[in-house]
Amino acid sequence: MWDWSFALEILPTLASAAIITIEATLIGFVIAALLGLALALVRIAIPWTAWPISVLVELIRSTPLLIQIFFLYFVFPKFGVVLDAFTAGVIAIGLHYAAYCSEVYRAGFDNIPRGQWEASIALNLPQWATFRDIIIPQVIPPIVPALGNYLVALFKETPLLSAIAVLELMQTAKIIGSDTFRYTEPMTLVGLFFLVMSLVSAALIRILERLLNRRTPR
Amino acid sequence: MGIRTLVGMLVAALAVIGLLATQTSYSLFLPGLLQGALLTIEIAVLGSVLAVVMGVLAALARLYGAAPLRWLATVYVEIFRGTSALVQLFWLFFVLPQFGLLMDAFTVAVLALGLNVGAYGSEVVRGAILAVAPGQWEASIALNMSRAQMLRRIILPQAFVAMIPPWGNLFIELLKSTALVSLITLTDLAFKAQQMNQSTLKTVPIFTLVLLIYLVMSLAITIGMRFLEQRASAGLSRGRAA
Amino acid sequence: MTDQPMVRFDNVSKRYGALTVLDGLSLDIARGEKVSIIGPSGSGKTTVLRMLMTLETINDGVIWVEGEPLTHMDKGGKLVPANLGHIRRVRAKIGMVFQSFNLFPHMSAMANCIEAPMTVLGMKRADAEARAAELLDMVGLSQKKAHYPSQLSGGQQQRVAIARALAMRPKIMLFDEVTSALDPELVGEVLQVIRQIGREHDLTMLMVTHQMGFAKEFSDRVCFFYQGKICEQGPPSELFGAPKNERTRQFLRAVLEAG
Ligand SMILES: Nc1ncnc2c1ncn2[C@@H]1O[C@H](COP(=O)(O)OP(=O)(O)OP(=O)(O)O)[C@@H](O)[C@H]1O
Ligand SMILES: [Mg+2]
Repeated sequence: MWDWSFALEILPTLASAAIITIEATLIGFVIAALLGLALALVRIAIPWTAWPISVLVELIRSTPLLIQIFFLYFVFPKFGVVLDAFTAGVIAIGLHYAAYCSEVYRAGFDNIPRGQWEASIALNLPQWATFRDIIIPQVIPPIVPALGNYLVALFKETPLLSAIAVLELMQTAKIIGSDTFRYTEPMTLVGLFFLVMSLVSAALIRILERLLNRRTPR
Repeated sequence: MGIRTLVGMLVAALAVIGLLATQTSYSLFLPGLLQGALLTIEIAVLGSVLAVVMGVLAALARLYGAAPLRWLATVYVEIFRGTSALVQLFWLFFVLPQFGLLMDAFTVAVLALGLNVGAYGSEVVRGAILAVAPGQWEASIALNMSRAQMLRRIILPQAFVAMIPPWGNLFIELLKSTALVSLITLTDLAFKAQQMNQSTLKTVPIFTLVLLIYLVMSLAITIGMRFLEQRASAGLSRGRAA
Repeated sequence: MTDQPMVRFDNVSKRYGALTVLDGLSLDIARGEKVSIIGPSGSGKTTVLRMLMTLETINDGVIWVEGEPLTHMDKGGKLVPANLGHIRRVRAKIGMVFQSFNLFPHMSAMANCIEAPMTVLGMKRADAEARAAELLDMVGLSQKKAHYPSQLSGGQQQRVAIARALAMRPKIMLFDEVTSALDPELVGEVLQVIRQIGREHDLTMLMVTHQMGFAKEFSDRVCFFYQGKICEQGPPSELFGAPKNERTRQFLRAVLEAG
């Protein structure tokens, strides 16, 4: 049932598609991490935005990413902006995960006890020094692994881009399948690629977590 | 978010849908979309049932199973968490027939989504069981209960409360994943949206309605689980004054 | 048969890694005997009870209950580690009350007391409830049957826990510092209940306690533990009145000074 020579034959094609998958992952994650941070900071800095932002986040998290990808892909041209499938899809993924990331940052800041701010005021530290030397070092250790987990989740969801015909890994596998009527090898190879990558990343995140916790013992 | 905000959002979403339905450019699509939503609900419910069953079984196997059972459960959890629901859906849909295993798309959908979420659910169940105070196990041993009796009567009822919120999130994940079944020919809400969008190009009204319908379903799940949680934890800490 | 000890620790050792917590403990407890265990923190007192309740495994030696091995079973004349079926059969003779009560929070006082009789002993609900009502009555909680643990004071919770353990009709009862988690004014009511069971039941009782007064008045024998060994034991009048060992004297002096 499993044909090794066929598997080897399609490997280069899949490998070059994997590059697209990884590109989509990285760009999508940069959008998610930065936009998420922006949302969290706006929330802290401008109190009245807390409610609308949390409704927006809830909206994004309550609806399927696939629908959001379709929506952005089809709706941009209506406003005269023509985006290729890759760009539209990556923006949708980035937006979706920005909602999740903003909650990570928020939880990170919320976890800093009030006393830390108050102690800094009592020591008459300037606000930026408080932020840089007191708050940020305490916020980072729990945030980094949580963001890492979302990076892996985002990576695993990139096959959704196949729905708008982005030539990433899944779409390539499907094309190979429909051309050759052999789905076993391409689909299984794609599955294995994701499986191995996520297992490795999960292990890396665990190591990172341990390193971060060692530097700031609690 | 507080339960008031959530109920408020639900009412608002329903009101917006109602308001839009007064416009023909929107009401045109509503019957078809609702028909798709019905299939979405069907798959989500069956998938959730499968997910809970798999989650509990895999958690118990990993915690208390004999070695082969434990490995089997671990492999299941790692595989289904290590790849996404779409990959699993496609694999079952395209590859299984090549092994002579023919299933209709509906069965594949329920199976893939249920197994996927069940793998995450097993971690929830496992965590909740491990979080029950060790003294509860010790008291059960001192009363000479069998392991099955301890689990069924003492540990799981207490773990249940802790499981409700994370299961709520998982049910929402599952609901959202049902959109993927549109990619294997099932005519769910997402499929209807795509189909109508292609034939009419009325992207904004169609997708606005679709997003609102998904939102309503997600909110219904969240609110339902909040109520369940309140009732269950009231049972655990009856009459606790402060 | 009658002079057979109810419990026998035969050269029992317990280690956690490199730390030896109990070092070749041998101790016989007669049927109906009330034994108190005292000693400094970390001397292994709790460990003795937990091993007997099979909450801890042992590294060396054998524990016997009514002439039958608890931790081991006879296989062709040799003692091999017991399987769960054997452990559960012998363990049925033992009940335990914990320092932190460990009541089941999702069950009323009554439900706590009938759960194991019904599921483990297979008693009918009506019989189990009648027995539990009697016991709750005895511990002075006949008014609190329907209350949940969170609605009861610490002393009341501990009395439910005692009733719950007795409902399984054990021959041996273990008490591990059962008043230590209680506010001082609630200690008396629990000790009173223990005194009463000591009088009414033909129970063998093994208790770890810091209440020297109670140990003195209640027990037939007191064992002083020090670093995983019984350092000195004897009737309370002797051990408290004229301790022979220097360590015992030091410990008692320290306890008395603390009040
Ligand atoms: N699970 C464990 N792992 C490692 N060491 C343990 C464990 N349980 C107990 N110990 C150690 O075994 C020793 C004896 O513990 P034990 O609880 O029997 O003392 P104790 O006499 O009951 O003390 P206390 O009066 O404080 O209750 C202690 O040094 C304790 O730290
Ligand atoms: Mg102790």
